[in-house]
This record gives sequence, C-alpha cells and structure tokens, in this order.
Amino acid sequence: MATFTSHSPAETEALGEAWGREALRGLVIALSGDLGAGKTALVRGLARGLGYNGRVHSPTFTLVNTYEGGRLTLFHLDLYRLETPEHIHSAGVEEYLRPEGVAVIEWAERLVERGTKSLLRKVNFEIVDEQTRRISYEDSRA
Amino acid sequence: MIVLAFETSCDETSVALVRDGQVLASVVSSQVKMHAEYGGVVPELAAREHLRNLLPVANSAFELAGVTARDVDVVAATQGPGLPNALMVGLKAAEAFAFAVGKPFFGINHHEAHLYSPWITGSPAHAEFERFEPNVSLIVSGGHTMLVDVQSELQHRVLGSTMDDAAGECFDKTGKLLGLAYPAGPIIDRLAEQGNPSAFQFPRPLRNEDNHDFSFSGLKTSVRYFIRDHPGLADDAQQLRDLCASVQAAIVDVLVTKTVRAAKKLGVRCVTASGGVTCNRSLRRELESACRRAHLTLRLADAALCTDNAAMVGILAERKMKLNAALTEVDAEIVPNWSLA
Repeated sequence: MATFTSHSPAETEALGEAWGREALRGLVIALSGDLGAGKTALVRGLARGLGYNGRVHSPTFTLVNTYEGGRLTLFHLDLYRLETPEHIHSAGVEEYLRPEGVAVIEWAERLVERGTKSLLRKVNFEIVDEQTRRISYEDSRA
Repeated sequence: MIVLAFETSCDETSVALVRDGQVLASVVSSQVKMHAEYGGVVPELAAREHLRNLLPVANSAFELAGVTARDVDVVAATQGPGLPNALMVGLKAAEAFAFAVGKPFFGINHHEAHLYSPWITGSPAHAEFERFEPNVSLIVSGGHTMLVDVQSELQHRVLGSTMDDAAGECFDKTGKLLGLAYPAGPIIDRLAEQGNPSAFQFPRPLRNEDNHDFSFSGLKTSVRYFIRDHPGLADDAQQLRDLCASVQAAIVDVLVTKTVRAAKKLGVRCVTASGGVTCNRSLRRELESACRRAHLTLRLADAALCTDNAAMVGILAERKMKLNAALTEVDAEIVPNWSLA
C-alpha cells in the first residue's frame, strides 16, 4: 500500500498524469472517496498522461466517457448513480473490467468484485482538510 | 411526411411520430404503464431496460398517433452522444426498421436535437421553424451544460461547455449532500421557492471570465464544506429552504449571466434553452427577466420537451429531410462521444 499526500488539485492531477504515462493496456483503476475528494482531477491527469488532449468531464449521467486519441483509449466510468449490483449489471458496465485500453472507475466501491483478469489498482481518497488529500493505492492481480 | 424517431441515449426510452412539423405522439418510458408481463416496475436506469421498453413504447406511440408502420416515410434515432449500450438499442432498432421498410434514415446528434426543441410549441405540439432566427442556445441537463451559436437552421457552433460537472449534476449532488432523494433537482426547486436566495453566499464559478465555459465542481465542493461547517443547519426546515435557494441562485446566476452575455457578444436577438434543468422554475424566471432587460427574445423548451424525448429527434430529422441533409447508412454505428461541432 502506497500513500501520496496531495496539497492541491494540481498535485492530484500530476499523480494521475504520472500513472497515465506508464499505464499498460488492461489496467483498471478503481477510485473510492467522498464527493469533492479529487477523483475527477486524478482522471484528468491520467488522460493527459496517456496523451489525450481533450476535455475530461464528469460521466455521472452518461456512466461512461471514452477518451480516444492518446497512447491508449481511456474509459472513464462513474457508478455514482448505480446504487445496487442489479443496476450495475443491468447497465452493462462490467465489460469495462477487461478494457481494451485503461479503465478508471469512480465510486468503484459500488462494484461487486467478480474477479478481473486485469491489473487492478485500488485507490482511496481521504479528505484531510480543504486542500489536502491522502491518496492511498495498492495494485493487485485478481 | 411521417417520421418515426427513437431516443435511448440515457435513462429514458422514447419513441415519437411526427408529421409535417407536428408531434403526433411522443411517448417516454416513464409515462407508460407497462403490462405485468414487462415487469410492472421500470427502473429508469440501465441499458437493458431500453430493450424491454422499446416495443411497448413504440406500440403506444403508433396507437396514439393513429398511424401504422406502413405510413412511415422517414426513420431517425439518436446516434450519440450517450451511454453506448443504451444508444445501441434505439439506433439498431431504428436502422432495422428503416431497412425493413426501405425508407431513408437519419442518425441524429442528441445535442443538435436539443437545439431545436425550444421551437416546438403549442398543443398539439408543432415546430415553428417559420419563426426561426439566429440564436444562442443553452443546453443544460444532468449530463451537459453548453452554449451553442445557432446561426441558421442546421448550422451551429459550440461556444463553450462545462469543464467538469454539469449544472444538473451540481443540483443532484447538492441534494445528495443534504440527504434529499434522487433526482434532487426538482426537490431543490420546490424547497427553494420558499427560501431566501441571499441567505448564504456561494461562489459563481467562471461567471465573470471572458469565455463561454462552465465549471460546477468547485461549487459542489463549497456546498460540502458549508454543510460540514454548519452541522445541523439542514435539519431546520427554513434553513434548508434558504440553503437550497442560495445554491440554486449561484447555479442560475452563472447560467443566466453567461447565456445573456454570449447573446450580446454575438449580436443575436434570440436566446433559447432546453435540457432537464430548463424545468427549474428559478432558471426560467431569471432567464425571462434577464432577456427582457437585454431586449432578447427568449424561447424556453416546453416542460415536456426539456428532458430527453424522441419528438425533438423526429422534428430535426424531418427538417433535415426537407433541407436535403445527408442521410445516414442503415448499418452506421453508435457514436458515444459525438460532440457537437
């Protein structure tokens, strides 16, 4: 388990950017943490690190945003609105657990783990104060 | 000319029939009482629900319109943007129908359809394209917030959009922080009616920036800190109303200020608005008074056409047919990230 302390949205974005630069095909990044913790900032960095130059916006309503044109395609999922395992199953988002590219999932704690063959990076955001976030993460291969 | 249109880009399954600018029927899944065999309860989310809803909704639209499949001249469906699996259901059904009856097909951009929904008015609803004038159009919903320069029919250019969260998302997440039910937008609207919008101050992100973009993520975060710093405040009924009114005022202020400023900057004389958040009463009122002050004509989409619906898809397809726009192949694929040009 590694821990990164971010003092600003820009630092959170920089962490994501570093991950994006070294990401391998099939990586799934599962994000947990409260509203306003910086999940979207990390995704913005991730997209930039993968070489995607367009805008990264919230997929809360669309459930999935796909950012193409970088080194690998980035699938940006948000399970905020999917409150039960039935919703998640029914929305068909499980197929993104073996992505042809990189998948990053906000509100990933809602996902019932069914074992992904992909490399999984679990990330937890903890709000320390208005600017500071403790970001802990751990890789596993399920 | 009779157009059959499908819309399944997000939560709602919708099918419409349009004839010569008039909406003969526009059925949305949440309005249809499903037969027991279809499960009765219809969760609004989820791609597979579209598959279950599509035929009953389509049958209901044909029945209401009093036309049959043989009468259809043009077929249309939302091709993007939207949730891939959800888009797939409506698009493939429409393409199959068009292929089977050998009629022209249009894959429609969901946002482009929104641009024309404020021109659909009256009862029975019909499109007033003869009154069309160049305008700045605000599309504001749970998933999108953008300003578009609509120069002439079918000619437009996006001026700006949200850099993070949509305005409707800010409403819903504020509601979540306050423990309100989902979707919280209409609940906040109702509570705010009896609240004081100046009770608490919230930031107006990007309001005074010289661009046409929006950002609501920071506003959401400031609501979060406000609630943390004022524990118990939301338990007081009047304070809760004041808080809802104050957050709503911040969102509405940004939307109205930037929309009117864009119209002035471009020199157009008309503003239009559509999308689910356009149902918000405060936004409607504030847009009305700001446009009146600026001598701008305002066209707000009717409440029934603010949210996702197939009527606007059918109306746009019919217009495209009349203006000889390019048809879409019946084996075209969905375009989940289709951004408006």
